[in-house]
Amino acid sequence: MSFGSEILLKVGVVLAFALNGAVIFTLMDVKASAWMQRRPGPLHVGLRGLIFPLAEVIKFIQKEDIIPTKVDKTIFKLAPAFVLFSVFGLFVVVPISPTLVVVDLNLGVFYLLAISTLSTLGVLIAGWSSANKYSLMGGLRAAGQLIAYELPLILAVVGVVIQAETMSLVGIVEKQIEWGLPFVIAGQGIAFLIFMIAATAEMMRVPFDMPIGESELVMGFMTEYSGIRFLIFYIAEYINMFVMCAIASTLFLGGYHIPLLPVEWVNFYGPVSVLTKTLLLGFILVLVRWSFPRFREDQLQNIAWKILIPLSLLNILITSVMKVVF
Amino acid sequence: MDTTIDPNNMPHVSDASVSVEIETEDMTLNIGPQHPSTHGVLRLVAKVDGEKISSVEPVLGYMHRGYEKLAEVRTYPQITTLVNRIDWVSGFANEIPFIAATEKLMEIEVPERAQHIRLILTEMARIASHFVFNGAYALEIGALSPMFLAMEDRERVLDLIESVTGGRFHPNFNRIGGVKPAAGAGPTTKKDIQDLPAGFYEETKIVMEKVLEAVERFENLVGGNEVFKARTQNVGIISKEMCEDYGVSGPILRASGVKFDLRTQTNFLPYDKFDFEIPIGENGDCYDRWYVRLIEMRESARIILQAIDSMPSGSLQAKVPKVIKVPKGQSYVRTENPKGEMGFHVISEGGLGPYRLKIRTPSFSNISILPELLEGQLLPDLIAIMGSLDFVLGDVDR
Repeated sequence: MSFGSEILLKVGVVLAFALNGAVIFTLMDVKASAWMQRRPGPLHVGLRGLIFPLAEVIKFIQKEDIIPTKVDKTIFKLAPAFVLFSVFGLFVVVPISPTLVVVDLNLGVFYLLAISTLSTLGVLIAGWSSANKYSLMGGLRAAGQLIAYELPLILAVVGVVIQAETMSLVGIVEKQIEWGLPFVIAGQGIAFLIFMIAATAEMMRVPFDMPIGESELVMGFMTEYSGIRFLIFYIAEYINMFVMCAIASTLFLGGYHIPLLPVEWVNFYGPVSVLTKTLLLGFILVLVRWSFPRFREDQLQNIAWKILIPLSLLNILITSVMKVVF
Repeated sequence: MDTTIDPNNMPHVSDASVSVEIETEDMTLNIGPQHPSTHGVLRLVAKVDGEKISSVEPVLGYMHRGYEKLAEVRTYPQITTLVNRIDWVSGFANEIPFIAATEKLMEIEVPERAQHIRLILTEMARIASHFVFNGAYALEIGALSPMFLAMEDRERVLDLIESVTGGRFHPNFNRIGGVKPAAGAGPTTKKDIQDLPAGFYEETKIVMEKVLEAVERFENLVGGNEVFKARTQNVGIISKEMCEDYGVSGPILRASGVKFDLRTQTNFLPYDKFDFEIPIGENGDCYDRWYVRLIEMRESARIILQAIDSMPSGSLQAKVPKVIKVPKGQSYVRTENPKGEMGFHVISEGGLGPYRLKIRTPSFSNISILPELLEGQLLPDLIAIMGSLDFVLGDVDR
């Protein structure tokens, strides 16, 4: 296979995987929230509302793409693309089996963390270019929040990297196969919790959804967006959720490997394993979203700087000491 | 040009003050009239410094419908349809003070059974109103699920009100001298057997048990939530003195620790026959205001259960003339509405309608506290505080 066609194929796979993940997560979010709130949820589109996300997409595409006169047009139009690019980019290094991975970078973790910060830029310029005070406050809140939570996210992953002695995501999974146990049990439990909390804040989901906070800031940085551009933010949110859960399952839950199953068959059960773990983590996020109120911005900063960062530093210290001792 | 610099008189570098403060301009943020959490069309012109609020000015009047003036060109029985719509979340409770003020002027003795029915429906309106508050407040803090749970429970109470009055929001059920005689859809149209609908007592008991369950559920689900506590405790503290200064009444006043409830202090309805508690708060913060309202729902359910067990028999309507003319004079009756103290001042010149009707609504006085309360607070706290005051714009502007 030529290089070009291989790349095209891989990009196609990533797109299909990411978009389908977003669809599944949208459906899960909508349905689970409906059950939690004693209502049936979407029922009529397709078989028991199964293709509801598709209807949602068609609805948004049909709507007028309103661009207010006072906005900075180029940047305003560009912002959703930044966010979408960032979340798509994350998929490149997530392995769903030892061979089914677009690129196995040996600096995979580093790449992940670098790319994920790009969405901050998108959100910030969306808030700034909208020429709306609510958008601006939302964008600034998002920037403050993402900076505060990028740190614990990185520091939590550093523990894993120290334990696995590699930055390649495939390498990290191989190390977990070698250990026989996923890292969440074998020493990185605290790091897993910190990672999930920081990832929730990074995704801007409840209880850390202040940049959107519709009861305060109307729709935050998305206030002025409509039609397909709003849809892109909307889809990006779910893709981000999907990929963050996939990364967490790779880093902490053993990724494509399931303990006790023979390693030779990993190419067959690998994708199923990754998807199952991802969906389980996503389901927890959905439960959290629909049962918690929103924190205040200063409370969120306190949690990040006073609790999560010291804890993750402690985790790094303990991991390093254990590494040296054993 | 005498601004030449004298090199001998230059301030020394070490003398210069180092406090370089960057002058920033406060941003004016218009919150409302169209905003998700201003409960309608309240507009707050807030000066914000980042997230911090330096001053707030509420702008009212977007919902002004001129009810006081409209009442002057209507007959007394017609006015109940208007007063229903003042605080639409608890429509029935609005009718009581107006009807009571008119009855006081006409010196009518209302039959006991009618009084009991009024009391039951008023308490149901209170429960329905507080359910809306419970759902909406959690929504404003950021939790979406309690809204749906609250609405479901409220619907049962509204169904009960509907089964008696025929209306969910605007019952228009009170008549001068009693309640509407055609209460409930009976099998015939004979007046003497048209009363509360069949099965009302049993149904009410079931629903009230569910309300008590719901109160417990909210106490655990919302009140036990650490994030909710962090957002509401020690936020927006209103002192007793501040309440007195601004004429704040109702659950907000009680949350600040003042045991003032018109249900026990006046006799607009026979509350003295029932055993219930008046919950009061300790700190006067948002959490206390939420909690006081929650407990009030429980006490209201208890009152209704007692009232149903001790329902007197008798007629629903006192003898009143066919054309209602109110003698010359004036009266003022105040009652405990779900939102606070509601008063109607009726001035009659002896005609078919009032010469002047002054309506004192609780929400108007309650939100007058906003500018002082919100100064120096953060923007998310503004939403939390505003929500905890539980005002309805129809009640503010009328």
